Amino acid sequence: MSVRNFIATVLMFLLGWLPTQASAQGYGGLGTRAEGFYVPKRGAAIEFPRDHGAHPGFRIEWWYLTANLRGEDGRQYGVQWTLFRSALMPPDQQAIASKSDWQTSQLWMGHAAVTTPDSHHVAETRARGVFDIAGVKVAPFKAWINDWQMAARNEAADGIGAVDLRASGADFSYDLSLTANGPMVFHGDRGYSVKSAEGQASYYYSQPFYQVEGEIDLPTGRVKVAGTAWLDREWSSQPLSQDQRGWDWVSLNFDDGSKLMGFRLRQSDGKNFTSATWIDADGTATAYSNNKVRLTEISRSTTAGRLVPTTWRVELAERGIDVTVEALNTNAWMDTSFPYWEGPVNIDGSHSGAGYLEMTGYE
Amino acid sequence: MRLATVLRVLWSHWTYRPLQLFALLVGLSLATGLWTGVQAINTEARSSYKAASSTIVPNALDHLERSDGLPIALQTYVELQRAGWRTSPVLEGQVRAEDGRLVRVIGIDPVTMPEQMAELTTPGQPLQDDIASEPASNGLIAFLAPPHRIIISTDLAELQDERFKRAEWIESPNLPFNTLLADISFAERLLGQPGEISRLVLDPKQSRSRVQLSEIAPQLQRITNRSGADMARLTDSFHLNLSAFGMLAFAVGLFIVQGTINLAFEQRRTMCRTLRVTGTSMQVLTLALMLELLLIAVIAGGLGVVLGYFIAALLLPDVAATLRGLYGAQVSGDLDFHMGWWLAGLAIAVAGTFLAAFWSLTKLIRMPILAANRPRAWALMSSRSTWWRLIVSAGLMAIAGALLIWGTGLVSAFTIVGAFLLGSALLLPDAMVVSIRLFESLARRPVAQWFWADTRQQLPGLSLALMALLLALAANVGVSTMVGSFRLTFNGWLDQRLASELYVRAANDEQSVRLQNWLAKHPKVDAVLPIWSVDTRIGGEKGQVFGIADHATYRDHWPLLDKTASVWSDVAKGRAILVNEQFARRNRLNLGESVTIGEPATASSLSIAGIYSDYGNPHPQALIAVDLLTNLYPEVPRRRFAIRVAPQEASQLASQIGREFDLGGRALVDQASIKRRSVDVFERTFTVTQALNVLTLSVAGFAIFTSLLTQSAMRLPQLAPVWALGLTRRQLAGLELLRGILLAGLTMVLALPLGLGLAWLLLAVVNVEAFGWRLPMFVFARDWLMLGFYGLFATALAAAIPARRFSKTDPAELVKVFAHER
Amino acid sequence: MLLRVSDLRKSFATEEGQLEVLRGIDLQLQAGERLALTGESGCGKSTLLYLIGALEAFDSGDIRIEDKSLSGLGDRQRAQLRRHSIGIIFQQFNLIPSMTVAHNLSFHARLAGREDKGRIDLLAARLGLSDFLSAYPEQLSGGQQQRVAIGRTLAARPRLILADEPTGNLDENTSDEVLDLMLELVAETDAGLLMVTHSSRMAARMDRKFVLTAGQVS
Repeated sequence: MSVRNFIATVLMFLLGWLPTQASAQGYGGLGTRAEGFYVPKRGAAIEFPRDHGAHPGFRIEWWYLTANLRGEDGRQYGVQWTLFRSALMPPDQQAIASKSDWQTSQLWMGHAAVTTPDSHHVAETRARGVFDIAGVKVAPFKAWINDWQMAARNEAADGIGAVDLRASGADFSYDLSLTANGPMVFHGDRGYSVKSAEGQASYYYSQPFYQVEGEIDLPTGRVKVAGTAWLDREWSSQPLSQDQRGWDWVSLNFDDGSKLMGFRLRQSDGKNFTSATWIDADGTATAYSNNKVRLTEISRSTTAGRLVPTTWRVELAERGIDVTVEALNTNAWMDTSFPYWEGPVNIDGSHSGAGYLEMTGYE
Repeated sequence: MRLATVLRVLWSHWTYRPLQLFALLVGLSLATGLWTGVQAINTEARSSYKAASSTIVPNALDHLERSDGLPIALQTYVELQRAGWRTSPVLEGQVRAEDGRLVRVIGIDPVTMPEQMAELTTPGQPLQDDIASEPASNGLIAFLAPPHRIIISTDLAELQDERFKRAEWIESPNLPFNTLLADISFAERLLGQPGEISRLVLDPKQSRSRVQLSEIAPQLQRITNRSGADMARLTDSFHLNLSAFGMLAFAVGLFIVQGTINLAFEQRRTMCRTLRVTGTSMQVLTLALMLELLLIAVIAGGLGVVLGYFIAALLLPDVAATLRGLYGAQVSGDLDFHMGWWLAGLAIAVAGTFLAAFWSLTKLIRMPILAANRPRAWALMSSRSTWWRLIVSAGLMAIAGALLIWGTGLVSAFTIVGAFLLGSALLLPDAMVVSIRLFESLARRPVAQWFWADTRQQLPGLSLALMALLLALAANVGVSTMVGSFRLTFNGWLDQRLASELYVRAANDEQSVRLQNWLAKHPKVDAVLPIWSVDTRIGGEKGQVFGIADHATYRDHWPLLDKTASVWSDVAKGRAILVNEQFARRNRLNLGESVTIGEPATASSLSIAGIYSDYGNPHPQALIAVDLLTNLYPEVPRRRFAIRVAPQEASQLASQIGREFDLGGRALVDQASIKRRSVDVFERTFTVTQALNVLTLSVAGFAIFTSLLTQSAMRLPQLAPVWALGLTRRQLAGLELLRGILLAGLTMVLALPLGLGLAWLLLAVVNVEAFGWRLPMFVFARDWLMLGFYGLFATALAAAIPARRFSKTDPAELVKVFAHER
Repeated sequence: MLLRVSDLRKSFATEEGQLEVLRGIDLQLQAGERLALTGESGCGKSTLLYLIGALEAFDSGDIRIEDKSLSGLGDRQRAQLRRHSIGIIFQQFNLIPSMTVAHNLSFHARLAGREDKGRIDLLAARLGLSDFLSAYPEQLSGGQQQRVAIGRTLAARPRLILADEPTGNLDENTSDEVLDLMLELVAETDAGLLMVTHSSRMAARMDRKFVLTAGQVS
């Protein structure tokens, strides 16, 4: 285990993120078995606003927002805001009366980033689930950690249709207003998203229809920005199967208003498990199960000392999609407690547009 | 001639005189051993400070703490985090384990702990691996969640305590001595300090849009971390002291080495001449001699390192106790053997050997091939070097004098001591010659006259050993006078300072109120005096301010060194302040001058009405009226009290309080046991100094012994003519013995004023610089008599062996003196 | 009789066994008489002298000085004898290095309790040492050192003077000069002189001559 990233590794495990990295040490019960944690069930209805909130009985959960923006200076910008939650113990043990106010069953972590064509700014913050330092409230909606937050703009409003988003790091900050102009999208079977051939699954829905306005503050100065954003909500207790090494995920906004979410889970045997959701401009979603969507590496770039595929070919034959996805900035490496690649992409080919690419497990 | 042959020839000297070789090896090993031992102790202690400071708060990381030293409220932490500050809470305290040990407990939050803090590792296994041994997730969960995983320093492995029993224990060599590291949720319960935070470690990566500290938490101050540096500074004086002793011992050891090498070179002049005449070049000869010295140095150095290790291992527990007692520094009593010592020990041995041999080597190189043997060569040489010695000595004394007047700081103080000692030692041979000449002129009988003349002649050969003895004796007199004076002063001071019969600490504010009411109603209790204090700034320095009641206990007993006429009433009225000696000295403050307490922005200024002695405390301290204290710091904890009661009632009252309030242990202490503990700490403080003192004296004794022994071989030409003229071997042997005792006795007499000078320097200069207090000097003539007795006895023993050997010499050996060429 | 040596034997332990150096020596010396003892190198001349001088002990036979037997004397009595009755002048290194010439000159006399300041001054003058009284022995030449040794012995006025090649280390001129002086001064004291020498020229200046061969006197 790397000395440097003690917390990194630990939280990575807790979040069930990159289990491959420590496969030599076993999975600590996180990769495969849910052991007392709640498990997603097919057919269970996702309800709002309830399910915008946290699900402490599940092991991991995130509120994951990515935005493709253009500045008044004409440049492209990418923004990421993520809140991770992870439960230390199954729900039946969480109930045990605690003797200390510091005692918690939940850990929280925030990641924030701004990507420009030539720079990438990252920040991370962590908290115990105590003293309301971090958490998620449903009505009015507010997800926060320390001074970062995603909160309903109108406190009287129900849900997440209009939210303000704020985060800051050592060398950047942003303050954005988001307004949804389309419906929620459920992935898989009404939000039950299968993650492996063995049946591991998560609850997964998105709000991909945000319009964004706001301001980014960078070392080069403040810039007003506008564009679109995509929120992913996902929670689970056993998201990955034991032999999965990492994943490649895209969210693509095509110029015609349609959208595609696709991911590929890489297995140690060289095979992949893929899944996709096609979203019409009106929000109608179609799920595509394993092997329908194809993600193929086209070229790699060196970033942070690693070779990472930053140009991809994405195909979804059923929808006539055959596009090249290319990173706006190949150096969008998230040098956080657990490192991964996350950054804005431009789309060319059968369709054009912009989106986000996320890749894990490239060590 | 080949180098190997030359070496063999040269080496034959040692096989012919194994005693000389023995003396050389032992001398060098002792010198290296004492040096290495002291260095090992210093290294070990310093690495302990480093470990202590780096594990808890790394030097690289700043932290926030309350300027008044009180715990930080949980709400402040939450507000800071929400305002964009990235901090990680640390709660630190001590808990008395069931087996009586006082364990340092550190509570951390591994979730917010900055990467750099998690990184803190002493060599070896990283601490974070201790916390999160695999599977990693389970490791962190185990640390965070009940029953908790706790990390303990290896010395706590046997700790017995119900409160820790359920927890999972991980021993870690990375933790400083006597430390328990746990999640803050576990630590706050263990320490009984729920909701309290000692300090907030600042993540180096702070958010750019955070709110100003003064807006969100004005009571906090940012501390640029230097706790390790603080400890190093505080303990500097102690280590300098040790180093000085190490150096003295090394110097004394080198005297032996130099004497022996010089003698061996003198005795091999003929051999060297023969080698030169038979065609050995000067280069080869010099090389051979140097190789020989190198070999001896390496062997002796190796022995010395081993010896040093044992000395260090023997002394380290006392050193650890001393450092704990004096400075609260945690030092492990265990010693690891570091490879570096070998190198350092060998290096110092080789360097010392060549330093000692330098004079002999250059003399030999300059020697003409056919130089005549001159029995009085040493005497002549020394008469030439007398001038040099006087000049160097005068120079050293001038340095000491100048520093005494103008110098400041600990290094200057020790330089004074060093220059004074060395300067005096250099005067010894001439002072001896002068006194022997005086005796000689008084002597009337021929044997007496010869005795003095011969003693004078023998002096140059013994002067190095005598100088070593002088230094060791003076150090002994000086240090024991210092320690004795300190002990006397300290005991008197304790009696004054600990005037109250009972000292009690309530567990919480509620109990404190109940206790006060109960005591107020108790018929036997004469007075209840608050001992309330805040950690704040005194004149800008971090220190402690106590509030005292207006009571006769203070007026009658408090150990004031200097005071105004109306000191107690001025303090009681809140107009004046008392400060401790070390603070006053450091800042050169006098009565009537004003001093501020509190943070610069809100400081109050008070006039100094008195200066009191406060031994054993490295920090600034001040006393003000208790009402003033509670006005300035309304939140000051009010839990500690001193109780005045008739002495014979004290133990009964103590047990009543114990029963009534369930107090015991450190929470309820009587005067006698505090005194006992203080005196105990005091005694341990000087154990090491005294042990080194004795060792140094032993080395000096050995120097005398080897000098006399090696000299005895050269004594026959001096003694044979006198024997032939009608003295018996026994008479001569008796005179030899007498001479040894006399020289040692004379050295002792001269060492006495030197030792007293040294004691004065230690008490009035070194102590002031090192600790900030000046002590009165007391003279312990009985100790000198004992030292004198032991010294003479040891010298007599050292001189008796060669003397006895002479008395058994075959007359045939003596008559050879007249027939052989020497 | 000042000195009577009868059937004196002395042997030394060597690596090859006991070596008998003196095999029954008989010898007499009267007060005022000067006797030369010659013989080859290593024949035992010096040993005989040291035995007579009460420096070493003999195996058998007897030595009597002024009718007092040396056999059975302890260290203390031997020292007394050396101090009061005997004066020995060695070949070299006679002097006490730590004392001045003046002190060396008077040392034996004072030990013997016969100090006579006038006589010492006179002796120093006769021996040409007046200018060197405050010098130390090593500052003197070999001849001067031997004169001090002679002066010291004569100042103590012993009954028996033993000299072991006193001029052996000196050149011929100096040697004659020193010997002349010595004989002259001895003559003034009425002491007996036994001088070991291998020089027949020297021996010829004496009253009698003994030759030591194979451990016996002939």
